[in-house]
Parts: sequence; structure tokens; C-alpha cells
Amino acid sequence: MEIFLALLIGGAFGAVLDRVGASNPNMIGRMLNLTDLRLMKAILLAIGTGAVLMFAGQMLGIVDVGHMSVKTAYLGVFVGGLLLGVGWALAGYCPGTGVVAAGAGRRDAFAFIAGGLLGAAAYMTTYPAVKATGLLDAILGGNATLGMIQGTEYPGLTGLPGDILGIVLGLVFVAVAFVLPERIIRKDTRLPAE
Amino acid sequence: MTLDWKIGGLALGLVFFAAVLLVKPIGVSTQFVILDGVLWDAVNPAAVTQTEDGYTSTNAYLAKSGGKYAKAVAEPLNYSFVFVLAMLLGGAASAWLRGGVGAEERRVPELWRANFGDSPIKRYAAAFVGGFIVLYGARLAGGCTSGHMMSGMMQTAVSGYLFAAGAFAAGVPTALFLYRQEA
Repeated sequence: MEIFLALLIGGAFGAVLDRVGASNPNMIGRMLNLTDLRLMKAILLAIGTGAVLMFAGQMLGIVDVGHMSVKTAYLGVFVGGLLLGVGWALAGYCPGTGVVAAGAGRRDAFAFIAGGLLGAAAYMTTYPAVKATGLLDAILGGNATLGMIQGTEYPGLTGLPGDILGIVLGLVFVAVAFVLPERIIRKDTRLPAE
Repeated sequence: MTLDWKIGGLALGLVFFAAVLLVKPIGVSTQFVILDGVLWDAVNPAAVTQTEDGYTSTNAYLAKSGGKYAKAVAEPLNYSFVFVLAMLLGGAASAWLRGGVGAEERRVPELWRANFGDSPIKRYAAAFVGGFIVLYGARLAGGCTSGHMMSGMMQTAVSGYLFAAGAFAAGVPTALFLYRQEA
């Protein structure tokens, strides 16, 4: 059953990433250089939609709170995010979209995956040294959420009710998706005067 | 060819919701480690070994958290690993159904071509280096765009916000610097 769900949800995820353009390195480049933010709008809408449905479902008892999985916060999360951001802009792929792009036949995606396997191996090798730096020590309450979510052990960064906060923030994400302009940097301001 | 962002965003949100409703939040980057482990264990069977109550590894990272990763290496036909393989198939089917990616675009993407020329070697080298940095960063962070940014922020995880702040703080200036020419 689990394997069937993996095929179903994984397959749907791959197909949707392809259709929203997330596995297209041109779209990633244009999102990150702020010339076409339609993909950013789709991502924000997706996070908002997911949050509203999940927290509303939990409040109604349809979604099992135990399915949540909150990762621990530590300084390395931010540093790792910085590194990922540089590579994301350079390659135009993140781990998931690189895999999808390889499926779509993009040749550079295979180079990305090969580099990724080497990068992951490099982390496996350097893990004890990284751990010794303290970069992996929990901060901000560890695996905390922004509010207190009933039925979970996750510490709340604030004492606010976690499910209502989740729905409100989800709606904020949706609103930002609609308000965000399609491009921030205009073409004429980027080209040198000739 | 690319879906309108409203429809695409809604569809993407429904997939993330379906994952947490039926199984657990989506994540991808761990599976690069698992595939590394599978390849390593194939070359050197002593890499991952069975213990009384599970698996362990000579590599400290695979052995951490009670050998959770070592177990996935020993039994790669698990939910998370098959999920990522299915993503590849889903991407292939979707691209095929919409007529595929053009030959020139498959060789060198157009935004890259406009800024750095038509050399595939140069492009593949950049994608390889990018891949190395992305996966090293994702493993240091303990997740990637899927697990930390999308699944994490959806769950109001503090770590998800921390990760997204880092990814965009570095990604935007890098792209502004690299892609000055529009295409």
C-alpha cells in the first residue's frame, strides 16, 4: 500500500512540478533574477493552499496530526539554505526538480544529479567535522512551530493556537501570491544605455 | 505549455496536502544520500550491516538516529525512495504528454545560452558544480526546497522559514549576477 502511494503521490508531484515550470531552469533563473515571478506566485499559493487544507483538516479531525513532521532549527539550516540558494541559481535545479527535469530529458539535469550525489557523499564524509562545529545544535526551540499545535509535542515559538495561526498564515501566503507583481525588475532598467 | 500560476499553484498545494493527509510531508534530498549508500554498499558490503534491532554503518551520517538511513540503504524499496523514482517517471510522462522539451533546449537551456553561450560542456559543468553545492547545502540544512521550504512553511515550522530566508538571500543575488541578459 505504501509503495502504491509513493508511486501515486510521487508521480503526481513530478508531473505538477513539470507543469508549473519548477523543473525548467529558465523559469528558476527568471524567478531568482526577479524578471518573472509567476513561479514564485505558484509556490506561495501552493504553500498557502496546503497549510489551509492541512490545519483545517486537523481541526475537523480529518487529517491525522501525527502525520506532521517538523524539522529541527539550527544554524546550519540557514547556512545550508545559503549554499542551496547559490547552487539553485547556478544550476537552475533543486534536488526534486533536478530529478523531474532528468525525466523530461534535460541533459544538464543528469550532470546536476551526478554533482548532487557527489555533494551528498561529501556531506556524509564531513558530517563528524560539521557536527563538531556546533552548526547542528538546536536553536529557536529545536523542532518548533510558530504556534502551539494541539496533539503534537512540537514546542511553540509563541503561545498562539497553532492550527488557527496556520490557517491565517496560509491565507497570508495566498494573498501575497496574488499581490506580488509578475516582475520586479523592468527590462529597460537592466539593459545598459547604448 | 506552462500552467497558469493560479491553477499550477493550486495543483501543487493539493499534492502537498495529499501527501500529509495520506502518509507524511514531502521531502527529496535525503534520497541522494540513500542512493549514495546503496551504491557504496554494492561496492563494499561492509558499509551497511545488520544489528540486533536494525541496521548501522561505518559512516557516522548513515548510522545516526538509530541507523535510520542505514536501514533505508539496506531496504531501498521504501516509501521515500520509491517516491523520488516516481517523480522522475511523473516528470517524464508529463513532459512527453505536452510534446516534450525541444532538442536545443534539452542541450542548453535558453536563459543560460543567452548569457553564457551555446557550449554544452560549460553548461553541464555548471550544472554539476551547482548540484554539488545544492546537495551539500541541503544535507547541512537537513532538507531542501520540498522538505524545508514547502512542507516546512506549510506546517509553520520555524526551520522552514529559516531555510527559505537563506535560500532566497543567496539565490537572488547569485541569479542577478549571473543572468543579466534576458531570454
